[in-house]
Amino acid sequence: MGTISSDSASVFEPISPTHTAQPSREVMQKLPDEPVAIIQPSGSWSALNLRELWTYRELLYFLIWRDVKIRYKQTALGATWAIIQPVFTMLIFTLIFSRVAGIKSDGFPYPIFAYAALLPWIFFANAVTTSGNSVVGSANLITKVYFPRALIPAAAVGAGFVDFAVAFVMLLPLTFYYRVSLSLNILLLPIPTLLVLLLALGVGMWLSALNVKYRDVRFAVPFMMQIWMFLSPIAYPSSVVPERWQLLYSLNPVTGIVDGFRSALLGQPFKWTTLGISAAITLGMLIYSSVTFRKMEKSFADII
Amino acid sequence: MKPIIKATNVAKQYQLGAGQNSFVTLRETLAGVVRAPLRRFKSNQTASDNSLWALRDVSFEVGAGEVVGIIGRNGAGKSTLLKVLAHITEPSSGRVELYGRIASLLEVGTGFHPELSGRENIYLNGAILGMPKAEIRRKFDEIVAFSEIEKFIDTPVKRYSSGMYLRLAFAVAAHLDPEILLVDEVLAVGDASFQRKCLDKMQDVTQAGRTVVFVSHNMPAITRICPRTILIEAGRVAFDGPSHEAVRMYLGSGMGTNAAREWPDITAAPGNEVVRLCGIRVRTEDGKTCESIDIREPVGLEMEFEVLEAGHVLVPNYHFINEEGVCAFIILEHDSEWRRRPRPTGRYVSTAWIPGNALSEGTLVISAAISTMDPVTVHFFERDVVAFQIIDSLDGDSARGDYAGPMPGIVRPLLNWTSQHTPSNSSSPSGGNTL
Repeated sequence: MGTISSDSASVFEPISPTHTAQPSREVMQKLPDEPVAIIQPSGSWSALNLRELWTYRELLYFLIWRDVKIRYKQTALGATWAIIQPVFTMLIFTLIFSRVAGIKSDGFPYPIFAYAALLPWIFFANAVTTSGNSVVGSANLITKVYFPRALIPAAAVGAGFVDFAVAFVMLLPLTFYYRVSLSLNILLLPIPTLLVLLLALGVGMWLSALNVKYRDVRFAVPFMMQIWMFLSPIAYPSSVVPERWQLLYSLNPVTGIVDGFRSALLGQPFKWTTLGISAAITLGMLIYSSVTFRKMEKSFADII
Repeated sequence: MKPIIKATNVAKQYQLGAGQNSFVTLRETLAGVVRAPLRRFKSNQTASDNSLWALRDVSFEVGAGEVVGIIGRNGAGKSTLLKVLAHITEPSSGRVELYGRIASLLEVGTGFHPELSGRENIYLNGAILGMPKAEIRRKFDEIVAFSEIEKFIDTPVKRYSSGMYLRLAFAVAAHLDPEILLVDEVLAVGDASFQRKCLDKMQDVTQAGRTVVFVSHNMPAITRICPRTILIEAGRVAFDGPSHEAVRMYLGSGMGTNAAREWPDITAAPGNEVVRLCGIRVRTEDGKTCESIDIREPVGLEMEFEVLEAGHVLVPNYHFINEEGVCAFIILEHDSEWRRRPRPTGRYVSTAWIPGNALSEGTLVISAAISTMDPVTVHFFERDVVAFQIIDSLDGDSARGDYAGPMPGIVRPLLNWTSQHTPSNSSSPSGGNTL
């Protein structure tokens, strides 16, 4: 006695229709026999769930689209920045490395020689930097909604690739200007392009996961990229490296990729060994980083 | 009924200290390695103190089409449970089986980007919440109409007012079409009319036969929307059953809030360097601590506190919350002796007397505070300290008179009624004898 029952009728209040909505609603859809999803602690060794990634491909598209849209919002020059960055770097390199330091360029005009390498390098450096910070920058998403976390660094790489495509267009006037004739080698351009994309994804994904736990990554990456650039044949041809160091040198996957770009764009013969080493290291990196990412993503929401 | 959500022994453990709520730097980890051997010399309590079980042995089933509320105190683990169900965080042990597509609405406008227009954000937000592109396109006009911001659909949302922003965000969420919907406190935002609209939409959703799990502090909303509620206490399921019972249990003494609460250790008591709370008691007139009080009897609320620093004007005050989460009233000490007068140090007991025949029946939960008014300082504000129940007997001399049914209302005063009677014969036009 002496209690108000909120769902019983009262003389003061008409029966509210909502309280009559008991769970006896037989509008039910038929439930599947097998669970659609099972949530339980996963083992520490599991690779990326490719099937799941495929079902989320539309989200990947939207995340790339978002990054591309907002990148140049409220900038006066807009997407021109994608061209300005490599072109100005090319000019500075020409001035310093070619004119002042007198670095050889395998017989090609230095500007186009540098541009052919800066194209993949600037993409790579930007993609690794932005995707390395991408997971931490998406803390609000990670703590509020589920989707495969790998989409976040992947979208950052994908958005960078759009810039790469824009900067690529600039290559045409350069080849005309310096009268570099394109050879059939250009048909093989997709090979180094795919490799640089996968390498950026591998390194970016690994750094993005590491960054969640160790914010040191944010400070280390720009520095690391600078050193990496000088360890790669960007400002100079890989031929300046002495023969006995060549093998060690080609363990840097960027070497094979950049040489591949130069071969495809400038018509130099392909160095298949170097490219093969690059491909193997790139794939190894990608597998390693997706396993690491998978292992760490479980705790993202808890520690971000 | 076959369950659509089946949770079995779900547990979630958090590591406190390093790694929890704050990121670690490499240097800290290295320092931790160095310090680790030293830690052994400290009390062996640290090992167990370093982890926290946010959830323990949580098992329940939700049938398809059911609408289930989850309530609990802050830190009880209800948000963690929702995050486990939403797949955002992984349980430490246990298993959840979901027999349907799930969408979580832990926040309105997840992933909204301020630089993008309303139109663009509808697509982005929809995709993040798991809507296929074709479906967003199909529902686009409906979403825009629901949000009532047609004119600004191509304006960047950073130029929106917060109300417009919320309306747009909720419009997208409201058009999600998952089989299971997880909702957390989203209704706690926005103005009253917007909350109303959200609640109505929630009801449409539930009536469409969708399964909804709804976490909230809003007790009226819980009792209105969910027939069944799970009460989480200290990471465990404390109650699972009809919502009004769960709400009563949450607010009432079932949760360890009794008619009296003491803080024997003053250093751990609520308060600051000026004043600390020693105890709160619910009393009847004859001095007994009592949880159930007859509606006709006065109720005394006694606050014992220790003033540690002299020279402050201190005003004890109480907040009365009923079982629907509505604040019935607030009272401030009105004592002529200590009004506007700085208090010397020492122990004080202040008692407020609520007259009989004033409160309505049901459970009242009291939050207690001591404040200084000039300048406004809250020395402590302790939520849900004590609770008591007002019982209205059917003796016939309370405000309910001879009526025995439910009587809503926050207060039930026994008032002085006057009635005038004009005999019907006096109003007859003739004025003479009528026979």
